[in-house]
Amino acid sequence: MTTGLDQIFVALKHWVVSLCPTGWQSIVSMVISAGAILGVFASLFGLTTLLERKGLGRIQNRPGPNRVGPFGLLQPLADGLKMLTKEDIVPRSADQLIHFLAPVTMVVPVVLAYAVLPLGRNMEAVDFDAGLLFFFAAGAATEMAVFMAGWSSRNKYALLGAMRAIAQMVSYEVPMILSSITVVMFVGSMSLVQIVESQSGYHWGWLARWHAFTPWGFAGLVLFVVSATAEANRSPFDIPEGESEIIAGHLIEYSGFKYALFFLGEYLGLFSLSALGITLFLGGWHAPVVWLEWVPSYAWFFGKLLGFIAFFIWVRGTLPRLRTDQLMNFAWKFMLPLVLINLGTAALWWYTGSWVFMGAAVWRWLICAAMVVVPYAVLGRVMFERRHLGPRTYRYAS
Amino acid sequence: MGTAFCIAALLTLLGGVGSMCFRNLVHCAFALAVSFVGLAACYLLLGAEFVGFAQVLVYVGAVAILIVIAMLLTRNIESKHEPLVAGGWVMGVCVAVLASGSLILCVVNSSVVQGPVSARPTMSTRALGEQLMGDYVMALEGIGLLLTASLIGAVVIALREKEER
Repeated sequence: MTTGLDQIFVALKHWVVSLCPTGWQSIVSMVISAGAILGVFASLFGLTTLLERKGLGRIQNRPGPNRVGPFGLLQPLADGLKMLTKEDIVPRSADQLIHFLAPVTMVVPVVLAYAVLPLGRNMEAVDFDAGLLFFFAAGAATEMAVFMAGWSSRNKYALLGAMRAIAQMVSYEVPMILSSITVVMFVGSMSLVQIVESQSGYHWGWLARWHAFTPWGFAGLVLFVVSATAEANRSPFDIPEGESEIIAGHLIEYSGFKYALFFLGEYLGLFSLSALGITLFLGGWHAPVVWLEWVPSYAWFFGKLLGFIAFFIWVRGTLPRLRTDQLMNFAWKFMLPLVLINLGTAALWWYTGSWVFMGAAVWRWLICAAMVVVPYAVLGRVMFERRHLGPRTYRYAS
Repeated sequence: MGTAFCIAALLTLLGGVGSMCFRNLVHCAFALAVSFVGLAACYLLLGAEFVGFAQVLVYVGAVAILIVIAMLLTRNIESKHEPLVAGGWVMGVCVAVLASGSLILCVVNSSVVQGPVSARPTMSTRALGEQLMGDYVMALEGIGLLLTASLIGAVVIALREKEER
């Protein structure tokens, strides 16, 4: 019964594939996987736009959208219709072809990245040996899309906004990749399926063996989530857009459904990064405690994903935005050293796994935790003290 | 296999031709990115997963962006009046023919091509990593040193400009 419910989608796919003639089976299987990923995550995007508006509304002490359908549930549909029927304006001096291609280049690689994510037990579209690298390679193309959008609009705000966005994405890609490398080091594989499998089993018979429950894993998770927030241009790192400085950044000359595509790409990127964080550090589709194992694996995965989304909405509703220079300083002077030290911590954790003497596990924990906490405290203190507080000077506007 | 290879090869070649032929420099950079993607597809068809993905990550994600940003920092990127073919094209063609000819000769005469066709090796990423960190660690470190040196050089050049101001 439990395994039946757990594998219901896999079984359904196998049943549909078995109905097809032999020559077509592999293609049908691929199309089903791709269609399922597209359908599920596009509807999750619709749901998230509503949840985000509702959540932000609640944080600001107002009800949020509640007119369209029961509890405002049909609001995403109305938004979509509005976006589809809006006039698509392309500036006369814009580079027509590249202006058209940019939203497509934004969405397609992000959707591709979902192929390697295990959404449940036996629920991954493909299992590459270098799955993690594939994920990051697919994500790298979005920078090109941002540049294409900014440059082809032939608008200085768009170009400056694109430069800002690219600088931010390139800077935060470094800590993001380095923080996920700790997991690769520990597991010894870049296949996301094997990374999830390495987190099966339970500590003391009940607590899951997630990487987030180790010192390096916890630090890695925090660093990864922070850089994922920046990579997805989410608040408090959403400076590529700024009403008072560069208006909508690289999106300034986009309207109608192309704008919606950029939004879709951004949200899908956020979901895929959250899903990667879950896969790497939070056990993927594994249950957190042994007596909750009867819940289907995909329910765990999407539950964790919704938890991540709620976290991002909460952060957006509560934290103020950073300035560009603060953002860059944070990435290169704070995140990068911590990530490098965390690599050392992971290596130490790996080598001390074979320690056998009295209280070895406790010592191992203490040393690794100190390697995480001490640099954090010292670096944070130093950066805080070097901060120049005082009246702001406006070099060009005074 | 045949069709897939044709598409990948066409993408690479057209991207390469485009990167030489467009009048707008930024278009050339985009064409170059397309050519990188085509090359990555070729690697994937050869079963070199790691190299293919790394090609996209490094070349499309970093090098193409670097080229584009460097381009925007230079002036006159959209001059429409300059001739498409630069003056010394005869020499250029000679050098290109010599270089590609010697490369093709080397490949055709090499023992890999002339020997019996061996089965396609299945190389796992793990084995590749072990090779890189074991047998070829000196080469890897050497390349790393070279890149670091060039990075420091770039920083030094940038610093000197600032002092002159």
